[in-house]
Amino acid sequence: METRPFLELKGISKQFPGVKALDNVDLTVYPGEVHALVGENGAGKSTIIKIIMGVYQEDEGTITLNGEQVTIPNVIEADRLDLAAVYQDLTLAADLSIGENFFMGQFPRKKNGMIDWNHVYSKTAETLKALNVDVDPRLRITELSPAMQEMVAIAKTVHKKSKLVIFDEPTALLSNEEVEILFEIIKKLKASGISVIYISHRLEEIFTVSDRVTVLKDGQHVKTLPVKETNEDQLISYMVGRSLTDMYNIEHYPKGEELLRVEDLNRGKALKNISFSVKRGEIFGLFGLVGSGRTEVVRAIYGADSIESGTVYFKGKKEVINHPSKAISLGIGLLPEDRKHQGLALTQSINHNINLASYKAISKFNFVLEKRERQRSVEYVNQLKVKTPSIHQLVGNLSGGNQQKVIIAKWLCCESKLFIFDEPTVGIDVGAKQEIYKLIEQLTKEGHAVILISSYLPEIMGLADRIGVLHEGSMPNIVEREAFSEETLLRYASGL
Amino acid sequence: MKLFSKKNTKFRIAEGNLIVIVIVLMVILSFATKNFFTVNNLRNLVRQTSVNGIIALGMTFVIISGGIDLSVGSVVGVASIVVAKLLVAGMGVFPAIIIALLVCVLLGTLNGLIIHYGKVPPFIATLGMMQAARGIVMLLSNARMVAGLPKVFTGFAQLVFLGFPSLFFVWFLVILVTFVLTTKTIFGRNIFAYGSNIEAARLSGINTAKVTVSVYAMSGLLSGIAGILMTSRLANGIPTAGQGYEMDAIASAVVGGASLSGGSGTVIGTVLGALLISLIQNGGNLLGINSFILQIIVGVLIVASVWYDQIRKTKKN
Repeated sequence: METRPFLELKGISKQFPGVKALDNVDLTVYPGEVHALVGENGAGKSTIIKIIMGVYQEDEGTITLNGEQVTIPNVIEADRLDLAAVYQDLTLAADLSIGENFFMGQFPRKKNGMIDWNHVYSKTAETLKALNVDVDPRLRITELSPAMQEMVAIAKTVHKKSKLVIFDEPTALLSNEEVEILFEIIKKLKASGISVIYISHRLEEIFTVSDRVTVLKDGQHVKTLPVKETNEDQLISYMVGRSLTDMYNIEHYPKGEELLRVEDLNRGKALKNISFSVKRGEIFGLFGLVGSGRTEVVRAIYGADSIESGTVYFKGKKEVINHPSKAISLGIGLLPEDRKHQGLALTQSINHNINLASYKAISKFNFVLEKRERQRSVEYVNQLKVKTPSIHQLVGNLSGGNQQKVIIAKWLCCESKLFIFDEPTVGIDVGAKQEIYKLIEQLTKEGHAVILISSYLPEIMGLADRIGVLHEGSMPNIVEREAFSEETLLRYASGL
Repeated sequence: MKLFSKKNTKFRIAEGNLIVIVIVLMVILSFATKNFFTVNNLRNLVRQTSVNGIIALGMTFVIISGGIDLSVGSVVGVASIVVAKLLVAGMGVFPAIIIALLVCVLLGTLNGLIIHYGKVPPFIATLGMMQAARGIVMLLSNARMVAGLPKVFTGFAQLVFLGFPSLFFVWFLVILVTFVLTTKTIFGRNIFAYGSNIEAARLSGINTAKVTVSVYAMSGLLSGIAGILMTSRLANGIPTAGQGYEMDAIASAVVGGASLSGGSGTVIGTVLGALLISLIQNGGNLLGINSFILQIIVGVLIVASVWYDQIRKTKKN
């Protein structure tokens, strides 16, 4: 790699009110290199990307592209310099077609001045095909699954002939097969000399896909080294300053009586004869590909969606749960998959969110007892170690891990007995992940039951006592812990 | 312990700034005009502001919930004509007012039901109600004023207690009740959560149907109260009463810091917003400023206050 670097950041610093987000950070990316960027949340990964993409401007330091020093004052300039990013929150125009998204702002015209739609769609189809993304370019973005939307966003960067593509947590939404396709795409980018910056909390991906890795911690550059010369444990110790050996290794406690039993849950094609039970002290895993019906199962139990037939028993009693309030009063709490859109009132305070589902218990004649409200918030903020200067902080300003803790606190306030975790660690850093696992362990120790949904095999295999595997809305296989293996689970998930 | 500190005891910046602006404006007007700081003018100012102020508080509930209510002006008209017709027909003052208010609550409830169950966007549902309710008013009244209201009824708006006009006390009562509702009750907490994220609110067990219907019913009720006060003040049932009031109400709430994206807004802010808008109109008249220019000033104020708020937010991030 003795060629000239494509991108070179030198001594980049960025100060935000009250926090130094980046402190004298260097980053060098060569043409055709896949460069991984790792670090806990708050380490400065997003800030560095936003500086490269022109969203923020550096306070100090220089950016060099192809040997030429540049300034990137805004996103348009970044685009002009052929820099592209695929963010967690996708930036496609939802109501336009794939083709329109690809050619936005630069539509080819026919002689009469009208847009040459044939060219738009044939060209788009070509690009998609070359990347093995099998989708009709005339479909609107809203008609695509989240995973497919991401594929399209990636394909768009290829279409725009970007010279540097940044992937921010690209696999969070993808199934294993789709991850394979993504890695193929990255290989193609690499082969054609494009530079890639790859950010992921899933460390093993970094070893599969990248050439070198840079570790950031608290806004500072810790280490850059070839992935061949390191391993997961070492990276984690660089990231958190301590070594985490096997973080999924939690204590499993003896199981108590049956808490929840579900019999023959049905709704159209989404749910087909789903039956299972969960005992106190047990972690029941739900595994399956994206779209297999995992979330639908728990939403149906929780009363968030309706069912056509089926019976739910809670504490041995038959219950009809037709609204979340009913589930909550029984003692069921849900941490939804999409915490920002379903789990939290982002523009409200921690104090408000923690107490949201249980105001009845701390009120007199519908008047909130504000002292108890604050007492509870402080108690749980301390107990769950939510990092915040005040309980009046808006939840939207917290990191993912702390947001998740606020939701857990909300259910602890309701004295829930059954906790449903739907992808609890997506987009959360290693340290916060481990804390969440410890909390799950603590819940089962206290005799609560947990339903855990995860697409991430090491996580679900490490934590669950049993795993129900869904395939196209039905769940014929429930695997006991002794029989866990990646192969078995994937085979069941694919319907084999 | 800092973590445990009481909720932002210091005023929110928007409200603090508004108080300063209102006071400065009052001081300036007191010196610049002969008539501003007179008992008559101040009473008049309070009477004018009370009507819009009460409607704006109903609007504040709706806006905090993430909605909008364009029908408030027409509901004012409904209240005016219904109460006047009943009184002229010989009904007692008390039952006539109750019936008129019930009709207004009903219209608001209908808004809420259509929005929640019909999934019609609040803008459209209440736009429809605005047209339909005004139509009802015109039909009932034949588009004519209803005159001949009893003295007991028309005298109320002229009453003065402890130096303050009676309308002020009604407004003050409404301020107190809405303040307590928004800041001290479960209902208040739920409206904020609902306006911030309706799905998260539902999944936290909040009865979203109840919240939607309640806020629009509340808006209907307060518009009804405003309409009755206005009728008493003008001593006639007036079919065009309240026309355009929805805009003043929205402006008051927005100038007071409520966000149309939901989840934020305060009673105090709206009260100050309503005061500021009245002050500009009243003061401008006294200064002999062309009323069309005043309209421009109010327009600029609305946009500038939201703009300022946005700048403040971006800086914070």
